Amino acid sequence: MTAPDRYQWRRDKDGLGVWEHRGKVAVAGFGHSPVDRRWDEVSMDKTLGAYSILACQKAMDEAGVTADQVDGVICCDSHIAGGSGGSASQWAPRPYFAPPYDSELGLTLINAKWLVEQMGLRNVKFAPTGVPTIGEMVGMAAQAVGDGVCSTCLVIYPTGNLEGRYRRGGENADDYARGARQWTAPWGNHGGNDFINMFPHEQYCRKYGGKHDDLAPFVVNQHRNGLLTPWGYNASHNVPQLTIEEYLNSRYILNPLRLWDCDRPVNASTAYLFATAERARDMRQPPVYVLNHSQHNFRKRSTQEDLDEIEDWTDRAAKRMYEGAGLGPNDVDIFNPYDGYAPMTQFFLEAFQWHGVKRGDAFAFYAGDIRVEGPHPLCSSGGNLGTGRLRTAMYTDSVEQLRGTAGARQVKVRAETALAAFTTPSSGGWIMFGKNPS
Amino acid sequence: MPKLIPVADALSKPFWDAVNQKRLILQHCAACDRLQYPPQQACQVCNSANGLAWKEVEGRGHIASYIVIENGRLNRRMPDQPYNLAMVTLDADPRVNFYSNLPGTPPYKVPVGAAVEVTFEEVAPDQLIHEWRVVA
Repeated sequence: MTAPDRYQWRRDKDGLGVWEHRGKVAVAGFGHSPVDRRWDEVSMDKTLGAYSILACQKAMDEAGVTADQVDGVICCDSHIAGGSGGSASQWAPRPYFAPPYDSELGLTLINAKWLVEQMGLRNVKFAPTGVPTIGEMVGMAAQAVGDGVCSTCLVIYPTGNLEGRYRRGGENADDYARGARQWTAPWGNHGGNDFINMFPHEQYCRKYGGKHDDLAPFVVNQHRNGLLTPWGYNASHNVPQLTIEEYLNSRYILNPLRLWDCDRPVNASTAYLFATAERARDMRQPPVYVLNHSQHNFRKRSTQEDLDEIEDWTDRAAKRMYEGAGLGPNDVDIFNPYDGYAPMTQFFLEAFQWHGVKRGDAFAFYAGDIRVEGPHPLCSSGGNLGTGRLRTAMYTDSVEQLRGTAGARQVKVRAETALAAFTTPSSGGWIMFGKNPS
Repeated sequence: MPKLIPVADALSKPFWDAVNQKRLILQHCAACDRLQYPPQQACQVCNSANGLAWKEVEGRGHIASYIVIENGRLNRRMPDQPYNLAMVTLDADPRVNFYSNLPGTPPYKVPVGAAVEVTFEEVAPDQLIHEWRVVA
């Protein structure tokens, strides 16, 4: 029940050509747990473990797959808060509960072994450890199924949040800057996608003549799409629609980064079921085919990424995706790039040239009609900004749009292909879906 | 409240030792004739470790970009908020950049494009860090 040794599943090079399994792998189901702001520390049916099991069961039920048919489990086993989580991200040193909650597993961490045991998935033969985040996990699953490593694979992405100040502990509470942080933290950079993008974003505004507040229509539309996503945090907690005025008056975090440029940490879990296209065709839902996946981990030249690097990296990621899928910008109907901080989506939008958007065009595009009902339904998922820090809305929405089951979010334009990602400009992954296998 | 205190490791010790002597040294790859910062085990371009040597550089640069930290996550820096966080490029090789709080420059009043020069600031007894100050 382990990964094959040195399994080379990544597509992280330039010039790899069309993906060899294009259209031969499909997403056959998905499942979302409820999305809570935090675990209440009392309800054992709302733990991260319980929610992960629930999400898996929903994905399996949706596809019509039994536990015995699952032969692959890919679960992200790292804590979303990382090393800066501190006491707010771990249950310890508080006493644990009765099994299966007698360790951090099930409370703040989930791994494949724990899930396999709890769910009785006795035929699992592929359950890698050290799994990356969802942006790469979907590619790992697609490649594993395509390669025949497994044929029916659950992909689980848990995102936990306990009471306390998110990422305000651990190394962020330290007086010392160790390891790579010796080059950043003394001056105030505690790390994260916000810092990665804010300097290039500031350079972007000066280079192309925009201003930070030009993001307002995009952020407000993300919240609007989020309210059209029933399982998301905003919709399920009756969060009022954000207005332009509220956005413009919101406090700064890393000026000019505003509060509403940031996503909301949540306690939730999402699961997807990947299967061979052949098997998926016999399952309950119309298959959504995988046309390509790619990953990237670009190395910055120095301490801080600049705009030139960000534009080069995103251009390369776009080229890899289009090449591997055998498609071009005009072929992409649904575009769900990552938005975990608002001032990065423009880099992706312009690199992939979705709806003809070129470098420097994004803010004007945001000012146009990007509603799901309109001609340019950008980020129809609502992303993290509209649904919470699940990092999965982009994938679920893409599947639903291609199935034609996105409900109030269903776009009016053609919906036969979709691009989705959880990625920073420097590292992460993309996946291309198709309503048809070719 | 002082800044976080860098903890040198085997790779970075020569750099911090030099900073504590108020000198700025960077890795230089002889094969590529390029400077490199932060230090790495091998040249980022040619991947050679043998060609890397420390080289003292002139502490002159320019401000390329900046933000203002108003609500950061570092406990030790919270009393300083709001404070500038600038990206400074090195004149000797603009591909090399550094962070700076731009001591002497009020928050929000950052002259992007302005020339800066290195200065050294004590963050703990016997520990300096490199900072950058706008050239008058």
